[in-house]
Amino acid sequence: MTPLLEIKNLKTRFFTSEGVVKAVNNVSYSMESGEILGVVGESGCGKSVHALSIMQLVQDPPGKITNGEVWLDGQDLLTLSEKEMKKVRGFDVAMIFQDPMTSLNPVFTVGFQIVEALRLHNDMTKKEARERAGELLALVGIPGAEERLDDYPHQFSGGMRQRAMIAMGLSCEPKLLIADEPTTALDVTIQAQIVDLVKRLQAELGMAIMWITHDLGVIAEMADRINVMYAGAIIESGNVRNIYKKTRHPYTMGLLGSLPRLDEDPGAELLSVPGLPPDLLALPKGCAFAARCGYRTEKCLEEKPPLEEIDGREHAVACWHWEEIAGSK
Amino acid sequence: MNTEKTPLVSVRNLKKHFPITGGFLQNQIGAVKAVDGVSFDIYPGETLGLVGETGCGKTTVGRTMMRLYEPTAGEIELGGVNLTELGEKDLRKIRSKMQMIFQDPYASLNPRMTVGSIVAAPLDVHTKMSKKEKHDRIQDLLDIVGLNPDFVNRYPHEFSGGQRQRIGIARALALEPELIVCDEPISSLDVSIQAQVVNLLEKLQKELGLTYLFIAHDLSMVRHISDRMAVMYLGKIMELAGRDEIYLNSMHPYTQALMSAVPIPDPDLAAKHKRIILDGDIPNPKNPPKGCNFNTRCPIAKEKCFIEEPVYREIEKNHWVACHFAEETRS
Repeated sequence: MTPLLEIKNLKTRFFTSEGVVKAVNNVSYSMESGEILGVVGESGCGKSVHALSIMQLVQDPPGKITNGEVWLDGQDLLTLSEKEMKKVRGFDVAMIFQDPMTSLNPVFTVGFQIVEALRLHNDMTKKEARERAGELLALVGIPGAEERLDDYPHQFSGGMRQRAMIAMGLSCEPKLLIADEPTTALDVTIQAQIVDLVKRLQAELGMAIMWITHDLGVIAEMADRINVMYAGAIIESGNVRNIYKKTRHPYTMGLLGSLPRLDEDPGAELLSVPGLPPDLLALPKGCAFAARCGYRTEKCLEEKPPLEEIDGREHAVACWHWEEIAGSK
Repeated sequence: MNTEKTPLVSVRNLKKHFPITGGFLQNQIGAVKAVDGVSFDIYPGETLGLVGETGCGKTTVGRTMMRLYEPTAGEIELGGVNLTELGEKDLRKIRSKMQMIFQDPYASLNPRMTVGSIVAAPLDVHTKMSKKEKHDRIQDLLDIVGLNPDFVNRYPHEFSGGQRQRIGIARALALEPELIVCDEPISSLDVSIQAQVVNLLEKLQKELGLTYLFIAHDLSMVRHISDRMAVMYLGKIMELAGRDEIYLNSMHPYTQALMSAVPIPDPDLAAKHKRIILDGDIPNPKNPPKGCNFNTRCPIAKEKCFIEEPVYREIEKNHWVACHFAEETRS
């Protein structure tokens, strides 16, 4: 089976007055249809920029995709013209963003914005589109959906706006939905509602979802597979169980260790990762994590470790010493 | 925590209402009841965690406690002194005993001041130290919070978020306060940096015997750092108890839902985990519901909850709950 999405050697750069920011560095992976992929990392690790690169929404200038292929369902998106790409966006791949306040237009009603998206991609009359918009709002669990179509975004709460964004994202039944930190701006009880909703919609509609987040907690319960990113590259990837239970990369271990857990004894000191992420303007020669890593050796400073498959597609890690680290545990 | 000790801070029935004005003459037409009758004690050397969702009034509690906001009603005692009665001069004196760390390390440091002068500002106001003494104190403070003392002449923009938060902590420590109100000190930081700052706060507490009020929305982090926890909702404390008690034995349905909504970074446990999903959103504090203010989302609300406001009562020793049916809901 050919994968739904296959990314090969993707590189995205920002050419700024201070130098070249290496935001995405040689990212390659694939996604099957119907799969939920979690992309995890801290700010500046390239998780959002890599998604924007898939959608070709990286602002140019200063940004540029300098290398790579993005195969979606048999076509390389990077070879498409802007006009062709417009058809792909929303229709094949849809994206929802972190901040539902700023991604809805405040001067149009929510209904108008969903109808617009629907009519752009489908041959629908206004009436049909409006009916469908009502169905979509009901699908994402907005009470009184029909009437709420005439509300403006400011009349919606944060959680409802995010639901409306999801409705819009789903309007053309995309094969892939990219959700960029969709719950970060929301409270936990509302986050639980949205996570529940997305899981339900995924089960009903069967689209693939890429869920980008910095929160290893949210993603544990919904993802099939996870990519952990650091300094623009994937440093560990695999199925959820391998990532959480057989963690191999010291950075992933550090991330998991720095999360306090409700189900653990709260007395213990948190395992923190010392230092700061590297400057993307001046990435080190060797492993990007070496400066913060307790297992660092001479080799790590000299040579960049490749993403090595240690259990086929089920687990891959980019570390020279993963075997020793695994053995010492 | 030994609760037989005399508390360092006693807050009784604290209220802060922000007026809403409108109409031609800008008369008051209503009030946002940001904090509406909150009572708690903080004992010397402990950390009281204050959790709640956006708009529940947790930050307002912290600010009103410091009298950065004038309380509408209620009493705040710090070491036996009633802060609500103090005039400006006395208040300034006592402020050296209570300091604050803010959420946004970008907005809370003056970009045009060097790190040295930011940390020295409280010393300038409250002490008569000589230049030399000040210099030494600043060096010490930067060292304590894990910053290189050679950085005194740098400006905030040269530091990362986590380092800026360390500068904020150094400033708060300058006057050797007894109480530090930490208002979401880590929510704008990355996960690995959050752990660094939390570990620093815990280390400082051990070494300097500090007392913290730790305000945050991240339940698992609050549980990690606190000795006791208070859960707020819509301007009121719903439940207050020791951190293990509240985790193992929560009685308020809101606390239970909040706990269950916290994601667990473990796929096996997450799969088994039973989640209580609350319907709807937090009501507008301009117009809180009648009766219990949680009744619009409460899974067990009965008729009584819509008529009568539940009393905030001590159900067991050191376990306070504001729910009519607390005895029945214990988890």
